[in-house]
Amino acid sequence: MSEELSKVLDHIEKIGELGDLADVEPTSHVIAVENALRADEPRPSLPAEVALESAPEADLGGFRVPSPGPAPA
Amino acid sequence: MTAWEPVIGLEIHVQLDTRTKMFCGCELSFGKPPNTRTCPVCLGLPGTLPVVNAQAVHYGLMMGLALGCEIAPRSIFHRKNYFYPDQAKNYQISQYDIPLCSGGRLGDVRLHRIHLEEDAAKLVHIGESGRIHGSDASIVDYNRGGTPLCEIVTEPDIHSAEQAREWLNLLRVTLRQLGVSDVNMEEGSLRCDANVSVRPAGSSELGTKTELKNMNSFRFLERGIKAEIERQVALLEAGEPVVQETLHFDPSSGRLSSLRSKEEAHDYRYFPEPDLVPLAPTDAMLAAARAALPELPAERAARYERDWGLSVDAARLLAYEPRWGDYFEAVAGDLADGRAAANWVEQLRARIGAESDPAASRVSPRALAQLVALVGSKRVNAGAARRVLDRLVADGGEPGAIVEREGLGSIDGGDELAGIVAAAIAANAGAAEKVRGGNDKAMGPIVGFVMRETKGRADGGEVGRLIREQLGL
Amino acid sequence: MSEALSLSAAAAAAGVRAGELDPAELWHGFRTRAAGDDCNAFVWVAPDGEPPAIERDAPLAGVPVAVKDLFCTKGVPSQAGSRILAGYRPPYDATSVERLNAAGAPLLAKTNQDEFAMGSSTENSAYGPTLNPWDRARVPGGSSGGSAAAVAAGSAPWAIGTDTGGSIRQPAALCGIVGLKPTYGAISRYGMIAFASSLDQAGPLTRDVTDAALLLGAMVGKDPCDSTSVGLPEPVRLPSRSDLRGVRLGVPEELTGEGIEPGVLASFDATLDVARELGATVEPCRLPHAPHALSAYYLIAPAEASSNLARYDGVRYGFRADGARDLLHMYTETREHGFGAEVKRRIMLGTYALSSGYYDAYYGRAQKVRTRISEDFKAAWERFDFIATPTAPSVAFELGAKTADPLAMYLNDFCTVPMSLAGIPGISIPSGLSEGLPVGFQLAGPAFSENALLDAAYAVEGAIGFDAAPWRRAA
Repeated sequence: MSEELSKVLDHIEKIGELGDLADVEPTSHVIAVENALRADEPRPSLPAEVALESAPEADLGGFRVPSPGPAPA
Repeated sequence: MTAWEPVIGLEIHVQLDTRTKMFCGCELSFGKPPNTRTCPVCLGLPGTLPVVNAQAVHYGLMMGLALGCEIAPRSIFHRKNYFYPDQAKNYQISQYDIPLCSGGRLGDVRLHRIHLEEDAAKLVHIGESGRIHGSDASIVDYNRGGTPLCEIVTEPDIHSAEQAREWLNLLRVTLRQLGVSDVNMEEGSLRCDANVSVRPAGSSELGTKTELKNMNSFRFLERGIKAEIERQVALLEAGEPVVQETLHFDPSSGRLSSLRSKEEAHDYRYFPEPDLVPLAPTDAMLAAARAALPELPAERAARYERDWGLSVDAARLLAYEPRWGDYFEAVAGDLADGRAAANWVEQLRARIGAESDPAASRVSPRALAQLVALVGSKRVNAGAARRVLDRLVADGGEPGAIVEREGLGSIDGGDELAGIVAAAIAANAGAAEKVRGGNDKAMGPIVGFVMRETKGRADGGEVGRLIREQLGL
Repeated sequence: MSEALSLSAAAAAAGVRAGELDPAELWHGFRTRAAGDDCNAFVWVAPDGEPPAIERDAPLAGVPVAVKDLFCTKGVPSQAGSRILAGYRPPYDATSVERLNAAGAPLLAKTNQDEFAMGSSTENSAYGPTLNPWDRARVPGGSSGGSAAAVAAGSAPWAIGTDTGGSIRQPAALCGIVGLKPTYGAISRYGMIAFASSLDQAGPLTRDVTDAALLLGAMVGKDPCDSTSVGLPEPVRLPSRSDLRGVRLGVPEELTGEGIEPGVLASFDATLDVARELGATVEPCRLPHAPHALSAYYLIAPAEASSNLARYDGVRYGFRADGARDLLHMYTETREHGFGAEVKRRIMLGTYALSSGYYDAYYGRAQKVRTRISEDFKAAWERFDFIATPTAPSVAFELGAKTADPLAMYLNDFCTVPMSLAGIPGISIPSGLSEGLPVGFQLAGPAFSENALLDAAYAVEGAIGFDAAPWRRAA
């Protein structure tokens, strides 16, 4: 995998060729839309069985996982 | 011996009191059965997309305006990427370098920024799984996941644990007054972490700071910060450096333990959220937010001091609790003596409890105002008035009628009182002698006799005057 | 019956509306064909039985549609070509699927694709490669290879796919059919299992340009569930142009020279001649940053994908590895075994591009290059109405020919990626054959120029008269 990746990485390095782009705004959104907002009105939630229907391991009404350590955040 | 100055900044998370989640239409819930307030979006099902809750933005704008922040003309959302089961998408949608609000101030603490993000889900540890590998397990409940959060970060303008606690309370009453959140630390709608460092008093450089987490009450916040200040001072005085780390407060032991070192700081790989478009608050949105702002506690307290002559403490007591402030203003209304009104509102508060709603009590503001007037015109003395108030609290009604009915009116002079005073002096010859001899304090038993005889209705000042008169002083 | 199955979808719809065609027979006919498909174009075919209820007056009048696997179809497997979603049935329909339903096009089948839309050959599918109906030893292109092969083989009258860097246009070219990637935001992404959010767009794969317009019209629209959707400013018209008088075509040097197979170039040049005969002016133009489009794309797309694919962790749905010691082990085993090699490659690339210390040089910089590419197109629109390029640099290559060399595979996209980065629409129509295999001709236009673009493509299509596609001869 690393050999294949390195060829790709070499090609990607081409992006460095374009010189100083300091004045260029990055495109974070390709369409000029702002304020797409939603009214604060409730919509029906899924019944718990449906929420859990694809769970690899459901238990006690929830999704069961091996216990994590402390959260990064 | 160096004097050390603590330098404290707070990072506060407030759950917004909207009807639905930040990015989907699931209703907010508390205590509902697990996974009954979820949908494809907040479960992070494949193919789903977030859509911003307009009310959360409105509340964010209200907070920004109320706290004197600069509202960003254009702010964007970012993804904060990390793997954890309480994060359905394994990234949190938050704001990074272009938050909704920046700057601002509340009281004597400057704000750094305010931004919007989504809350994580709930993990419940269930201990031993009983399986072959015997590993612990947790259950994830996504009801809370996606709840709108507002993160408020202060500048490091706080210099004591006590100040931190007081300021956080001011923030709490302010946000409650705004109506944007329940701000209840016990329920988790208000959370506060602290960044703490110390430096030699007078220095302007910042020391290494540690991050304190898991202080989920005001008391613990103060204790935790205090403990950390002490710990850092002890280290520095021993010539050892403070290590940048995250500390977890354990309420049962009152101690802080290290969670992880900041060197292993997680790389969140922030990048602009491509599924959301920028927020550019329009004039209409800002106007709506401005129009929704009530008078804030700090302003109200200042007004009470200024217009009613209340002391700082009395003003704050009433201003920080809008129900009491409203009630006070209804009582004080046309009365000349605001201080007296505040005093008697305080008396009511002592009887029904600070948490109660005076407007729901049996004591109407008009009745309390009448009582204040009765005391002010000396028709009832303070002691009797307290008993009238007890009656009002229990049964409601009008003070005037209660005074009549129970004969609580002042005896304020006339032969009746003079006669009782004479009898009191006769019954307390020894004390009378001492008073004649110049010892004013010996008047006590004589006054007590009069009060018993008059069932507390005599005006204390008038009694003293009569005693002195009759003793020829 | 097979005559009815050889009609264009538009003609079939017209037949149903006129009462001349029985939609139930249309349904059964295509369903049988799909079930008997030998190109591995499908991962799920609607079961035999009662045909779905059809409204004859609905715009799509009961003409069934094949849908790329990554569109969520309620209760029907939606696996995005991956093992990590094997057997996953969503509890909701993608907006596009809902719209197609509402327009009267029932779900015929789910089509095979490169895993999570990452690939240009459909060889990255966890469900086996799809074979090109023109030559079953060759790839159909990707990532919407299943959709393209299904339409080319005649097992579906039309299909929808998604295009992130060329994944509708390139397989359309390699399979000799029509494929359209609309303006970014024209069609809702809600319910499309995400690859690269700022690039993914749904679109039609069809027998001809008219069908593409008909299907497009049913799909476009602003969706409250997708904040980035804007729809189109005017309704989609069925195309009608028969000439290109007054149309100015720009031919970018950067995308029409080095790297393109001679046979493809020859077909392209011949098509430009056709355009001239139709009255178009054809001139060279420059897209100076186009040579860097691929690098930018292979930073932006994997970066967004690395985040979009983080949710596949075995917690809430999909595959979970057995016997995990702890949570971290569960995450790593699940993703190690659930994802294929290309997906893992791109997640690694994407994570790298976003990491602290590298963001500015990679992802940040790529987004700036993207701005430059958009500006190149905007400058071109001052002199030209459309840009013309070959869709893909080669005809369909042999299975396994490029799987050992990811870079060679990525180069398949170099003519289509610039349009994706700029968010502008592009259409590929078959322009001829090279060595017996189809060649695609791409036209790209300004954002929201779909109607004009379809008209121009229609005119060229009419003049070329390409009629070699297998679906015309399907039994």
